[in-house]
Amino acid sequence: MKAKKWLAMAAGLLMMAGVMAGCGSDAGSSGESADGQTFLNVSYDPTRELYQDFNEAFAKKWEAETGEQVNFTQSHGGSGKQARSVREGLEADVVTLALAYDVDEIAATGLIDKDWMTKFPNNSAPYTSTIVFLVRKGNPKNIHDWDDLTRDDVQVVTPNPKTSGGARWNYLAAWAYAEKKYNGDTEQVKGFIKKLFQQVVALDSGARGATTSFVQRGQGDVLVAWENEALLSVQEDPDKYEIVVPSLSILAEPSVAVVDEVVDQKGTRKVAEAYIKYIYSKEGQEIAAKHFYRPRDEEIAAKYAAKFPKLTLVTIDDAFGGWQKAQKEHFADGGTFDQIYEKH
Amino acid sequence: MMQKEKGVLAWLLIALAALFLLVMLVLPLVLVASEALSKGWQTYLKAITEPFAVKALGLTLEATVLAVLSNTIFGLASAFLLTKFSFRGKSLIGSMIDLPFAISPVVAGLFFVMLFGRMSPLYPFLRAEHIAIVFAVPGIILATVFVTFPFITRELVPVMEAQGRDEEEAAATFGASGWQIFRYVTLPNIKWALVYGVILCTARAMGEFGAVSVVSGHVRGKTNTLPLHIEILYNEYNFTAAFAVASILVILAVLILVLRNLAEGRQRGDSHDS
Repeated sequence: MKAKKWLAMAAGLLMMAGVMAGCGSDAGSSGESADGQTFLNVSYDPTRELYQDFNEAFAKKWEAETGEQVNFTQSHGGSGKQARSVREGLEADVVTLALAYDVDEIAATGLIDKDWMTKFPNNSAPYTSTIVFLVRKGNPKNIHDWDDLTRDDVQVVTPNPKTSGGARWNYLAAWAYAEKKYNGDTEQVKGFIKKLFQQVVALDSGARGATTSFVQRGQGDVLVAWENEALLSVQEDPDKYEIVVPSLSILAEPSVAVVDEVVDQKGTRKVAEAYIKYIYSKEGQEIAAKHFYRPRDEEIAAKYAAKFPKLTLVTIDDAFGGWQKAQKEHFADGGTFDQIYEKH
Repeated sequence: MMQKEKGVLAWLLIALAALFLLVMLVLPLVLVASEALSKGWQTYLKAITEPFAVKALGLTLEATVLAVLSNTIFGLASAFLLTKFSFRGKSLIGSMIDLPFAISPVVAGLFFVMLFGRMSPLYPFLRAEHIAIVFAVPGIILATVFVTFPFITRELVPVMEAQGRDEEEAAATFGASGWQIFRYVTLPNIKWALVYGVILCTARAMGEFGAVSVVSGHVRGKTNTLPLHIEILYNEYNFTAAFAVASILVILAVLILVLRNLAEGRQRGDSHDS
């Protein structure tokens, strides 16, 4: 009897020690995350190189102006996934996401002011892009327009519209093309999109993952991609890839916003607002253009005009009635994407 | 007669196993090494000494050490409880401990996000106290602890069960204290099983990707562990750097395997002695 009691006590003590050791370790490391002035930009997938450069430039400027040394950090992933992280507590000072809907999703939780779009020029979209095709050098599969993506012998790579912002632009660009082709006959448009997605061989969660599938793993014949992402791939490997510009595409407007609740709590509102304003400045626009984003600033746009092909672009507002409507119709549960993707 | 037949079959099986190992293990390792060194030693050294890679290694080691520490203590306590006592609900506790084996790491990560994230009822309190758990280092440690939780217990339980409780009870009747019993009777018997468990736990903790990926904010230099850093590098077209950093993980893994084999040998030796 006595032995049992002792043993029970020993076991109990050890268990407690275990729990305490666990707690102790957590407390010890949580202090670390608070040290130093850090600033976090939560962004979408292909902007890695852009914000790496931009952060460096802005850090210099900010230090010169205020004397403050700020450690600018960045986080990247599929736009929808990144928005989810911010909603769930990732403390971003600013978000620079692939589309307005993902910022709206964060705003719905109260983290960002509902009128965020009006806070900065051009609907808070400091640069634009569009959707083009990246094909293997010499275009062996003879891909010229959206129709070719529905051919049986063509394998398509695109990210997943449920998690990736770029993929939603891809989807809507294809939709806009089909709508024009079939004069707005919804059933035929759906058939077209469904056929296109039957040709999809890789559906990664973010735009960069899709690019690596196409570039590094050699999957598929055509990558439906952000123009900036496609131009970057061609720059990396001009002998292996080339860009095909479709007859019609969509004007992609990636959105930026200050995360109000976080900056007010951290006391970083001033630097956050200066950060975003700097994207609109000549220097910021130039950095964007260098990384293949279409600048808003006319002077910089003219300077880099040769980089960006001219093509017919529809806008999300004109063709789809804004992101809220487009999201509901196409990407929400039971939307057109679910309909065409389920019926495989 | 049996001997001969077995010979042919055995050779076939050995050839099959060797082929399997070659394709599944040796080739990938060779590929990692050759990719990592494809641009020469200079690039390799630069990639693995780059500040973000060093920070990621630091974080991985921190999470691993803390996870192994707390799981060692917990594993000893729970194995002791499960083998030396009989009580109601014992089998329930036993299977609960195995839960992290069965649950996908992604689900485990989501569970922590639900528990400590912004949607959680706990969040206002945590926020007010400036305690960051998910998307910060503690979340990464918690996730690592969770996925590596059963390893040590599972290594210890069979050994301790085989041992029975006679020795401990004898010590107790001679008036040994709980600590003395543990220190001088139980621990020497389970020493090598414990070492083996710690090694397995370490290996798993270092490589953890899924759960950590969910609770990490993927911020370089802050919440990036080595496996996450490898993915980021890979996605940034830094293929050489990605494989260089991957090679660190491979080297650590090989070291652990060597240790594991040593421990396994000693463990077998021990059980023969007794």
